[in-house]
Amino acid sequence: MTYMAPKVFDRELKKGSAELLILSLLEHRPRHGYEISKLIEARSEGVLRFNVASFYPLLYRLEQRGFIEGRWVEKAGQRRRRYYRLTAQGRKMLKEQRSIWRDFVNAMNQITGAEHA
Amino acid sequence: MPDWGKGIRARLEGLKLEPTREAEIVEELSQHLNDRYEELLAGGATAEQAYRSGMEELNSGRLTAELQPLLRPAPPPIVLGQDERGNPLAGLWRDLRYGVRLLRLNPGFALVAILSLALGIGANTAIFQLLDAVRLRTLPVRDPQELANIPLVYHPNGRIGSFSSPNPQLTNALWERLRDQQQGFSSIGAWSAQKLNLSQGGEARYANALWVSGSFFATLGTQPILGRLISPADDQPGCGSSGVVISDAFWQREFGGGASVLGQKVTLEGHPFEVIGVTPASFFGVVVGRTFDVAIPICAEPSLAGKRQSALRNPQGWWLAAIGRLKPGWTVERASVQLAAISPGIFEATLPAEYDPTDRKNYLQFKLGALPAASGLSDLREEYEDPLWLLMGISGLVLLIACANLANLMVARATARQREMAVRLALGASRGRLVRQLLAEGLLLAVVGALCGAGLAQALSRLLVSFLSTQNSHLFLDLTPDWRVLAFTAGLAILTCLLFGLTPAIQAARTAPGEAMKATGRAATAGRERFAVRRGLVVSQVALSLVLLVGALLFVRTLRNLVTLDAGFQRDHILINDIDLSPLRLPVANRVAYKQELLTRTRAIPGVISAASVRVVPVSGNGWNDNINIPGTTVQRKIADFNRISPGYFRTVGTPLLAGRDFDDRDTAASPQVAIVTEKFVQKFLAGASPIGKAFGVVQQGGKPDRIYQIVGLVRDTKYSDLREEFMPIVFVAEAQNDSPDLEAQFMIRSDAPLTELIPALKRTVAEVDPAMVLNFSVFDTMIREGLLRERLMATLSGFFGFLAAILAMIGLYGVISYMVVRRRNEIGIRMALGADRSDIVGLIMREAGTLLGIGLVVGTVLALIAGTAASALLFGLRASDPWTLTLAALGLALVAAAASFLPAQRAATLDPMQALREE
Repeated sequence: MTYMAPKVFDRELKKGSAELLILSLLEHRPRHGYEISKLIEARSEGVLRFNVASFYPLLYRLEQRGFIEGRWVEKAGQRRRRYYRLTAQGRKMLKEQRSIWRDFVNAMNQITGAEHA
Repeated sequence: MPDWGKGIRARLEGLKLEPTREAEIVEELSQHLNDRYEELLAGGATAEQAYRSGMEELNSGRLTAELQPLLRPAPPPIVLGQDERGNPLAGLWRDLRYGVRLLRLNPGFALVAILSLALGIGANTAIFQLLDAVRLRTLPVRDPQELANIPLVYHPNGRIGSFSSPNPQLTNALWERLRDQQQGFSSIGAWSAQKLNLSQGGEARYANALWVSGSFFATLGTQPILGRLISPADDQPGCGSSGVVISDAFWQREFGGGASVLGQKVTLEGHPFEVIGVTPASFFGVVVGRTFDVAIPICAEPSLAGKRQSALRNPQGWWLAAIGRLKPGWTVERASVQLAAISPGIFEATLPAEYDPTDRKNYLQFKLGALPAASGLSDLREEYEDPLWLLMGISGLVLLIACANLANLMVARATARQREMAVRLALGASRGRLVRQLLAEGLLLAVVGALCGAGLAQALSRLLVSFLSTQNSHLFLDLTPDWRVLAFTAGLAILTCLLFGLTPAIQAARTAPGEAMKATGRAATAGRERFAVRRGLVVSQVALSLVLLVGALLFVRTLRNLVTLDAGFQRDHILINDIDLSPLRLPVANRVAYKQELLTRTRAIPGVISAASVRVVPVSGNGWNDNINIPGTTVQRKIADFNRISPGYFRTVGTPLLAGRDFDDRDTAASPQVAIVTEKFVQKFLAGASPIGKAFGVVQQGGKPDRIYQIVGLVRDTKYSDLREEFMPIVFVAEAQNDSPDLEAQFMIRSDAPLTELIPALKRTVAEVDPAMVLNFSVFDTMIREGLLRERLMATLSGFFGFLAAILAMIGLYGVISYMVVRRRNEIGIRMALGADRSDIVGLIMREAGTLLGIGLVVGTVLALIAGTAASALLFGLRASDPWTLTLAALGLALVAAAASFLPAQRAATLDPMQALREE
């Protein structure tokens, strides 16, 4: 049996879930990096918080794998920002990940719920 | 707002990202941190706290480690101007495509450049093509390098006898012994060229006949395309009217190329010959520039000669030439040694019985030898090789001038493109890369120019050949371009490309990018050194075109000197009628009277002013000389030219009689032999004393006593065999006193009527006497003009090239002066504002042009004097350093140059000073 330090587990879990979070946040409209990170923080009620050094590598990884696509957008009176949107491949991935998570959460709930029940 | 970029960049440094990608990441992350910073400030944090929080965020993760696998590092930086693979030629295609685009943007420049290159390269290639055909090309036969010509290589005091072919190297007796005794050749053949009449009576129609020995075709390795060729079996003594072989061209022309030609008859000098075979189209014999119609075995010569003396049977009849194929392992030198060894025996055995002791001694010294004949023989070589090389030099100079013009244009363009070059240098292009780019543009022009030039050369070389062909001597040259011509044209293209492309390319590469970028448009183009190059080019153009103009004038004046030369006779309005009486079989005793009757009838034709019979038509190239003795003086065995004429000859050709009388009825076969001599004869042999009444003897062969002539008249000097020669002593003797008249009559007829209209009447008159006689007409003036072909060629071509050169040089001068005016606009404006009037400005510009012209003329004069020595052998009546010619050429050039620079000067003078100054 392998031992996994809680901190590492925490990071991997965060990363795995963060990818799903990012994809789902981009499902309906393109957003820039800061907006995404703020939304994750807000929607997880502060549980999930990424710092800049770990969040952007995540974004770039998703972009590199073709799930999202970044584009510089200039708006009048503002500095240009890089907006990310979901690609077709990302949309498919999101669907798959969602059902896996749903199954996983159900399974977890059943197990943990049964103990508590 | 804190600057996050530095911190972020420090963390990305190790990743070696592409610069643009790195910049994007820095921007994106900075924005994120700014947003965070502002949010914290808004939430009540101090700036210090907010900053620290941001820095913590940046430090907390493992930014570098996380990004490492994600982002591709930048490829090694591209050094502009170099290919990734380090191939020095890589990108050449790009350069060429870029060059095409630039030329299409500037079609005027491209057109001028290509046109001048095409003309220059075309002229050079055309002349080289002729040289190649005449001098360099090998005979189109099997292994031509094994062939050798076998002439007399040693005959110190000349030969005596009759010479009856263009290549009279051997007599038949010599040929037969040579054939039997030589050892160096596996096969050896003899040949001779002659014109033979195809028609039976009336006006003659000549075929180029090739007398060949039985082994001739086998020696050359020629195969027939139809029937068979002449073999040793066909060439047996006394063969009579045997079979003949015809050329492909003759077969097409006379027989329509039908296979039924074999067995058909060809009539030569009234004798029918059966066609036995046809040679391939590429075969023309061994004389380059000539071709043949019929080949006949030499054994048939006596039967064609009829009553005339047969060359074959004449021990003094020089008419054959020999060609041999070396045995394996033998060289020309070794064969020569063997021929030298057998020469004494051969000449001993063939000594003509009629020779006197002096002639015998001379004859026995002769030696045979072998000379390489891979490229055949050619009389054209002797006459045209030097002129052609000279013309190639001239057209080469024209090409140089054209290159100088192009270099000038390219330098101007390079100047205009200096900023482009500076930008490219600043972006990292290497100077070598820029040189290559400009050379690629040059190469493009050169290649297109060379292609057009090669096409032009095909037409030009054919034009030249037709220029050199005359009615009686048609040139036949194979002008299909071979590898030498192609290599020559390609070489020219590369050379010209380097010549006109390199200067501007090096200039452009020396651009200092900083200065060029900083400078304003005007200042950037005003490089002093750059302008010096352009001026240098113009000076060299002026110098070279002066050389060409001087050359052109020299040749034009040479031709003029020859055309207007006082040759001692008049050239116009004289028709020559050459009548062959051999079909009449007249006994010797009747011949003189018969010819006299023909002459009398000719004189009676309306329109004929006078007519006379003549043995040797002046400057026709024919000749007859004899040794004379003047009794009681030191004049012993001196050579004089002879001619045999009827009364009225001098009146017909317009040679004034200075003393004594013309021949007349008093001079008959029975009366004492009389002669008329020229001034030169008197000067040379009689020390200027009055010749009338004096006597001289003509040395006779075979030890007979001298034939004594009494001088009855003195005429002005006239040219004898060539217009270019000095006047020679000439003796005219009377036709009426001819004791061995032949079967040929030659009349010179002076008429006011157009000469071509006279011909039918002459034909009628002769036919009335006997229709079997064969006539051949030629116009005296035309004959003389055709004798000046070489001079006319030189005058026409050098004149054309000189004209072209002058125009090119003027374009160059005009370009440079116009450019100078533009460059000095501002200065001119200031001068005008300060009170200079228009004439001052014109003077300023003209002085500048004058300086260039002056230097060019001085350099050109020196060059012309040096180059003149090469041409001196081709000049007549003036020296290469003729001061008038030099002055005239320089004046002419100066005049055109003044006109070329006056236009821009005029433009400068009409500048509006206010506008010129405002532009600054």
